Amino acid sequence: MITTGKVTGIVSNLVTVEVNGPVAENELCYIDLKGTKLLAEVIKVNGNKASVQVFESTRSLRGGDSVEFLGKMLEVTLGPGLLSSVYDGLQNNLATMTDVFLKRGEYTDPLDHTKKWEFTPEASAGDKVVAADWLGEVKEGWLPHKIMVPFSFEGEYTVKSVAKAGSYTIDDTIAVLESADGREIKVTMTQKWPVKVAVKGYREKPRPQKIMETGVRVIDTFNPIAEGGTGFIPGPFGCGKTVLQHAIAKQGEADVIVMAACGERANEVVEIFSEFPELIDPHTGRHLMERTTIICNTSNMPVAAREASVYTAMTICEYYRAMGLRCLLLADSTSRWAQALREMSNRMEELPGADAFPVDLSAIISNFYARAGMVVLNNGKTGAVTFIGTVSPAGGNLKEPVTESTKKAARCFYALEQNRADQKRYPAVNPIDSYSKYLEYPEIQAFLDEKIERGWVEKVNKAKFIVRKGKEMNDQINILGDDGVPMSYHEAFWKSELVDFAFLQQDAFDTIDALCPLERQKYMLNLIMDICDRNFEFEDFGKCREYFKQMINVMRQMNYSEYNSKNFKEYNNQLSKLLESNGN
Amino acid sequence: MATKAYQKIYTHLEAITKATVSLKAPGASNDELAKVAGRLAQVVKTKGDMVTLQVFAGTEGIPTDAEVTFFGAPPTLKVSEQLSGRFFNAYGDPIDGGPDVEGEEREVGGPSVNPYKRMQPDQLIPTGIAGIDLNNTLVSGQKIPFFADPDQPYNQVMADVALRADVDKIILGGMGLSNDDYLFFRHAFENAGALDRIVSFVNTTEEPPVERLLIPDMALAAAEYFAVDKNEKVLVLLTDMTLYADALSIVSNRMDQIPSKDSMPGSLYSDLAKIYEKAVQLPSGGSITIIAVTTLNDGDITHAIPDNTGYITEGQLFLRADSDSGKVIIDPFRSLSRLKQHVQGKKTREDHSQVMNAGVRLYADAQNAKTKLENGFDLSDYDLRCLDYAKEYATRLLSIDVNIKTDEMLDTAWELFAKYFKPEETGIKQALVDKYWKA
Repeated sequence: MITTGKVTGIVSNLVTVEVNGPVAENELCYIDLKGTKLLAEVIKVNGNKASVQVFESTRSLRGGDSVEFLGKMLEVTLGPGLLSSVYDGLQNNLATMTDVFLKRGEYTDPLDHTKKWEFTPEASAGDKVVAADWLGEVKEGWLPHKIMVPFSFEGEYTVKSVAKAGSYTIDDTIAVLESADGREIKVTMTQKWPVKVAVKGYREKPRPQKIMETGVRVIDTFNPIAEGGTGFIPGPFGCGKTVLQHAIAKQGEADVIVMAACGERANEVVEIFSEFPELIDPHTGRHLMERTTIICNTSNMPVAAREASVYTAMTICEYYRAMGLRCLLLADSTSRWAQALREMSNRMEELPGADAFPVDLSAIISNFYARAGMVVLNNGKTGAVTFIGTVSPAGGNLKEPVTESTKKAARCFYALEQNRADQKRYPAVNPIDSYSKYLEYPEIQAFLDEKIERGWVEKVNKAKFIVRKGKEMNDQINILGDDGVPMSYHEAFWKSELVDFAFLQQDAFDTIDALCPLERQKYMLNLIMDICDRNFEFEDFGKCREYFKQMINVMRQMNYSEYNSKNFKEYNNQLSKLLESNGN
Repeated sequence: MATKAYQKIYTHLEAITKATVSLKAPGASNDELAKVAGRLAQVVKTKGDMVTLQVFAGTEGIPTDAEVTFFGAPPTLKVSEQLSGRFFNAYGDPIDGGPDVEGEEREVGGPSVNPYKRMQPDQLIPTGIAGIDLNNTLVSGQKIPFFADPDQPYNQVMADVALRADVDKIILGGMGLSNDDYLFFRHAFENAGALDRIVSFVNTTEEPPVERLLIPDMALAAAEYFAVDKNEKVLVLLTDMTLYADALSIVSNRMDQIPSKDSMPGSLYSDLAKIYEKAVQLPSGGSITIIAVTTLNDGDITHAIPDNTGYITEGQLFLRADSDSGKVIIDPFRSLSRLKQHVQGKKTREDHSQVMNAGVRLYADAQNAKTKLENGFDLSDYDLRCLDYAKEYATRLLSIDVNIKTDEMLDTAWELFAKYFKPEETGIKQALVDKYWKA
């Protein structure tokens, strides 16, 4: 018998329901508003009263309205066709909705049930399989999309039959499995999975082995993120969080990108789906949109679905990871999700933690970050989910609960700084406060030795030292005056400016500078470090500044020129001449 | 907002606070309007049979036996072409002595536009003010506030921007406007001969603060009518959103909600986003652009109101009195237009974004030089040139009383660069220097 109930209380999107039977935590229900069904999720039960958060506006709902429980948690539908789709936080397909305005209670199917996919079998009758094992493959764009034993299957199964190569819809049976107790189960190309539960079905989760290239110098060289790693970008508004995230989405070296726009501006999402179809993935030469799924719950969409949106996005990533693909999940911003939790906790009149956030915020965040990672699948192949979240700290102050909780969970920290943004030093990633724990991993160090050059990490640390030293020198100069310090202070300061202007700063809106491949990063860093190793002679600090400004200017022109092009080489020659004129 | 003919009358209030009343009224629906002792109220909470109503005009003098009637519907506005040129209060009733508006009755604060149906905003809105057009270009469909201390002339600047902008309709949502400012807007619109394309919803300081909560929804319902139904370019002016947020905190406080930062309700971000996200570029050509005012306390942008606003809006225009030039300027460091790259160099000259960045970077150098000067250090030749540049840059480009075309702004900037600097000191791409440098 299904459990039903009646609405007894309403405060904004928190509704209290008196129920007549069993309900589960996180169980879904439909509230009937004059024929329109509003989806809601149980978040607290007390006696026969269930508190539910409604994923829609509760306008015109009244006491006594009837509620029907669904006996399941919030699930996503997984299958071919997820890529290049635009979903809301509950995985409704936004593209197939007809109206300009979002209608309450309109739920659309995430996948196309009529489209035929070219299926190639990989398993054969008699094979023993477990959950997440591959049965066959369809091509989704250029990606091999594995059809798997559904994640929810427990124990071992025997393959009775697999469909022949050919075209099938996602609802056609592509395999029949037999369970240990002799039941026959038909498997199609789709399956469902509850978003709040991490997808398992892999052999182990080793430490990350390599870095994920983003083409952003301050990340790849200074604080690289590992494939299967975690990172976060906190920063006050106007410091370029979104621009940086879009750059990573465009250029990240991944097979699948899932972007969760969680409680952010709608126009930013529009930018993604109007630009991405035009843009080309620099690694494969295919259209970016073909590898991208957008989960979009903008700030004016129902607050409760914000939380759902990040979980939906993560589950989709885990699904593709189980196919042996490298996925990148970008969530902007996790602070809005935390605020949604705060709003609910507040309405339920729970005792608040710091800044009125719920007390378990830290645990929720670290559990979520833990779902990322590189895995070795049952068949020995590897897949990865790399996760980068943004955080929008209130007042730009990093001593606030969301930033602090995230710092405990994420391994890379890209601190955007107001001061740098004010000076238009973009990306405004603070080179001193930011870090990547992966630089300390022996596996990653070995990878970089191999991939870039021997002793690379040492060189990067040296560059960081120059930047830190330059800042100290600048502080001294500001205290003692230009004439009050030795020339070596000026030289050290300007060397740090050279690293900053010619390497750390990067023009995300310039077609060439926006994307800097590792090879080019290596060339430029070596060039800069060679300069920094030299000793120069200057008559006075004015000459020192002038000399370095010339050098910075030439190197910026190099950054704007195609790598190894005529222009690039010409600027390189100019630089060499400048160097010949001074120093050794 | 007429009441219906047959309705039940309740006459027993169980509880009264300064902003809310509670009574037993089974079957009242969420967000529904009601009248309590003749004052407009809205259902904000239901618990069993008990319903809590937010009374917009305040509860002073309301007795426990006050008459309460329910409308059976959330707040509405009658929309038609007759709105043009009219002034209304927060309830959408005329305050200009004119007749009631006839038209279709629509719920205010309605649903959001499907993000997938939005268009990328890419139409330039020129204002003649270089601090905006050159450094922080506005785009139709954008939402952007002025951040200003209460002593800054933000309403004047906003009126200038509105009247110069090439739009079909201007909708003014005034919250806590002083009577003087209300009359200022009226005269400014009349003098410009623009009254017929302006609709105003005004709550003045003389009226109860909670009434303000209706103003943005009313203004935006009218804006949606013109933008969606009539495919018009609509500019919505909301002043002052800080007073709106203050009203939110009053209500949440009376409802015993736990306050978050700066005693603002925990839902402040969502509440503000619901308003600002109504800004949209529609595929049909209609658009809603929102320019708002958020007053600051002594320039503090870390306060919860400007802070949350900054995360929602597509940039901000920061007004500041500049001591060097003696002018009110649009601060180039703290101001930002997030959509500017969609028009700069595309709808404007190719050198736009590089000139803008160079201009601001050199202005930043001047600020460093100023710090040195204040600390009593000798200034280098470069520092001195920066300081001279900064003064002229502020006067000729950043000041809000500038009114020139964008190309003129770019030419002025090149002229200043050539006057004070060498090409390599600007860091501009060589190709552009070759083309535009004024030797």
